Amino acid sequence: MRAATEVLAELRERILEAAASGIALRLRGAGTKDFYGEQPRGEVLDLSAYQGIVHYEPSELVLTARCGTPLSQIEAALAAQGQFLAFEPPRFAADPTLGGVIAAGLSGPGRPYFGAARDFVLGAHLLDAQGQTLRFGGEVMKNVAGFDVARLLCGSLGILGVITQVSLKVLPLPRGELTLRLEWPAAEALQHFNRLGGQPLPLSAAAWHEGAAWLRLAGAVPAVDAACARIGGERVDERAARAFWSSLRDLTLPFFAQEPVWRVSVPSTAAPLALPGPVLIDWGGALRWYAGLPSTAGVRAQASAASGTAALFRGPSAADTPRLHPLPGANLALHRRLKERFDPQGIFNRDRLIPGL
Amino acid sequence: MSVPDLVRALRAVLPADALLVSAEDRRPFECDGLTVFRELPALVALPRTEAEVRAVLVSCHRHGVPVVARGSGTGLSGGATPHPGGVLLSLARMNRILHIDPLARTARLEPGVPNQRISEAAAAFGLYYAPDPSSQVACSIGGNVAENSGGVHCLKYGLTVHNVLAVRGFGIDGERIELGGTAADGPGLDLLALAIGSEGLLMVVTEVIVKLIPRPPCAQLVMASFADVHSAGDAVAAIIGAGIIPAGLEMMDRKATAAVEPFVQAGYDLEAAAILLVESDGTPEEVADQVAEIERVLRAAGASSLRVSGSEAERVRLWSGRKNAFPAAGRISPDYYCMDGTIPRKHVGRVLEAIEAMEVSYQLRCMNVFHAGDGNLHPVILFDANEPGSWERAERFGAQILELCVELGGTITGEHGVGIEKINSMCVQFSAAERAAFFAVKEAFDPRGLLNPGKLIPTLARCAEYGRMRVHGGTLSHPDLPRF
Repeated sequence: MRAATEVLAELRERILEAAASGIALRLRGAGTKDFYGEQPRGEVLDLSAYQGIVHYEPSELVLTARCGTPLSQIEAALAAQGQFLAFEPPRFAADPTLGGVIAAGLSGPGRPYFGAARDFVLGAHLLDAQGQTLRFGGEVMKNVAGFDVARLLCGSLGILGVITQVSLKVLPLPRGELTLRLEWPAAEALQHFNRLGGQPLPLSAAAWHEGAAWLRLAGAVPAVDAACARIGGERVDERAARAFWSSLRDLTLPFFAQEPVWRVSVPSTAAPLALPGPVLIDWGGALRWYAGLPSTAGVRAQASAASGTAALFRGPSAADTPRLHPLPGANLALHRRLKERFDPQGIFNRDRLIPGL
Repeated sequence: MSVPDLVRALRAVLPADALLVSAEDRRPFECDGLTVFRELPALVALPRTEAEVRAVLVSCHRHGVPVVARGSGTGLSGGATPHPGGVLLSLARMNRILHIDPLARTARLEPGVPNQRISEAAAAFGLYYAPDPSSQVACSIGGNVAENSGGVHCLKYGLTVHNVLAVRGFGIDGERIELGGTAADGPGLDLLALAIGSEGLLMVVTEVIVKLIPRPPCAQLVMASFADVHSAGDAVAAIIGAGIIPAGLEMMDRKATAAVEPFVQAGYDLEAAAILLVESDGTPEEVADQVAEIERVLRAAGASSLRVSGSEAERVRLWSGRKNAFPAAGRISPDYYCMDGTIPRKHVGRVLEAIEAMEVSYQLRCMNVFHAGDGNLHPVILFDANEPGSWERAERFGAQILELCVELGGTITGEHGVGIEKINSMCVQFSAAERAAFFAVKEAFDPRGLLNPGKLIPTLARCAEYGRMRVHGGTLSHPDLPRF
């Protein structure tokens, strides 16, 4: 493997060339999310060689790694110390890089109870359009020096520059974990999820799929046991439970094979949307997946009416429909001005997050 | 624009009692919680509605007048220090709780609502708002958003940025800005993360939606004594290393316990070089399990004595000492200066020893309270503003602590903000290119630089000047020169 400094110098060179000639660069790690966002454009800038865990001290609850580091390597290092990434980023039956995980900012089933990817970002390095490495945030739990650009980069889909290094807060693995399955219709499950969310229970995931609710409880063993007794339902065998949550996290359940897949983010209390086609509910009601919807179903209008947004996550789109939910006007102007200042030549992941940017 | 012209312009858009013109009326707004920095604003505006806020901004924008927003004025970094030629925009009158949704677990608030009032209002539903800065009785949610405030329970429950779902307000031009939402994920860049902790430089917030969480039914506090600060620091690492995330994990050194004990009679061990306060919360089963584990780890880490709160009254009493550390400093010293650096936890012992050495070289006492779980230090430097040179020494003492934090991989501010106080230390933590990126963000929101100018980001010229003043080893080449 080549030295990290050498790889970084090469990336810098490519960026400077691109900036000088106005060539668009398409930032890529392992390519597990090529389908996500608008169609990527430009020459591929492969970031997978810039890898390695830079610091990891379990008692500091912080892990710092370079963007090309495979997630599997990070998760193995954490598991060896009894820790984990509580935002459970999707892996798609593959091995994404840390940079891709943070650039996409996607989170798994634990998100409503532990936090989203952005909640765990403590610091990041940005390789900008001038080839400079800028450090934002840091490796400590609390840091309010300067604007929180590190968190801004989470979910930016690379439009502000290359996220070359990330520091994440990590957490100890829960001592106990148990999954309950309850045969509730969707509307009833939504009510239960919200009601239970307001009670001091060690909930760590709540999903609804094919006629049943799945509740995951995690924490101190006696607390998990007491919560199970209180909620009731069927205790799912440990292996089956693990298989369910990881295939939900990785979006590998057969449900997700029926394209197009729409990802609808709404308040957890929103009533079931009047859309045809199967729904899978995650995040205690705040995330609704729709698979195989006819293109005329009006999913975006329904999501907006419920104070939410809808993204065409996977599958072919109509030419005139942006895949990600369009931004309101004032916000779009702010995005444009930020993009102009961070990437004046518009070389990084053009159009990927927002068409025209 | 002249002040009389500005008064005329704002009188046209505000009710008579929403504008303070006389020096006497403006005086209470001359400083925030960091009282060493004082400046009389040209005018004070006290709007009651979003429309009035917008009118002030539009008018100031048109005439190129700076605007400094202010909540309750409890900030500790001079973030709300007024601009002498600008409008001080107080949001204190916008203090209504607009809506609490117990099922969705959210509260919609005007910016002037005091932090603690949110939890009081949510208590009927078994819910509360988690971030709890020491000033929570008074500090406003709008100010918390501006500073990304923390508190003693951040390690488990997060900072303001983890507990705010949405803000809305206006840009300096009066354009409506809405960021975040009650849906979990929004489209585009995470501008909400940028706005939180932006110290009033990007927008004026007129409404905040926060997340409420279930109130844990049970909480217990363990107090542990240590014979030296190093073992106390190691015990902190041992707790985290054992897979425990306590609800709160605080350290106080002997100087701090000695200062607060006569004041609040918390029952602290005054023989100990340092004490740890470790709180567990959750269901009764969870707390019993965790407290037993905490006791085991603390004993193994060499605690000389342990005490577990046996009642809610005792728990509250043990906390009261920590929460009153700053007022206690005010009782034992004419003035005090509270610092706010963060370091990787493993360096606690080292930093406390370095601070001891600095006490000698600056001839000032310093007591230490410390959010140990987060690595967030609050050294409290005691000084006497009436003694010539005392404040200057305190200020340099503080700056040297912050530089040490940066050197050890930490930061100059964990939760109090940069404001005007730490603006020079920003030159130490960030390169010119990084500071230029902060200015780029600022320009995207406020191209004319009218919102809270002179705070948070130092100019190149300022850093060059500071660089000339700084001399390694903690002394300055011209200690008599005024620094601001």
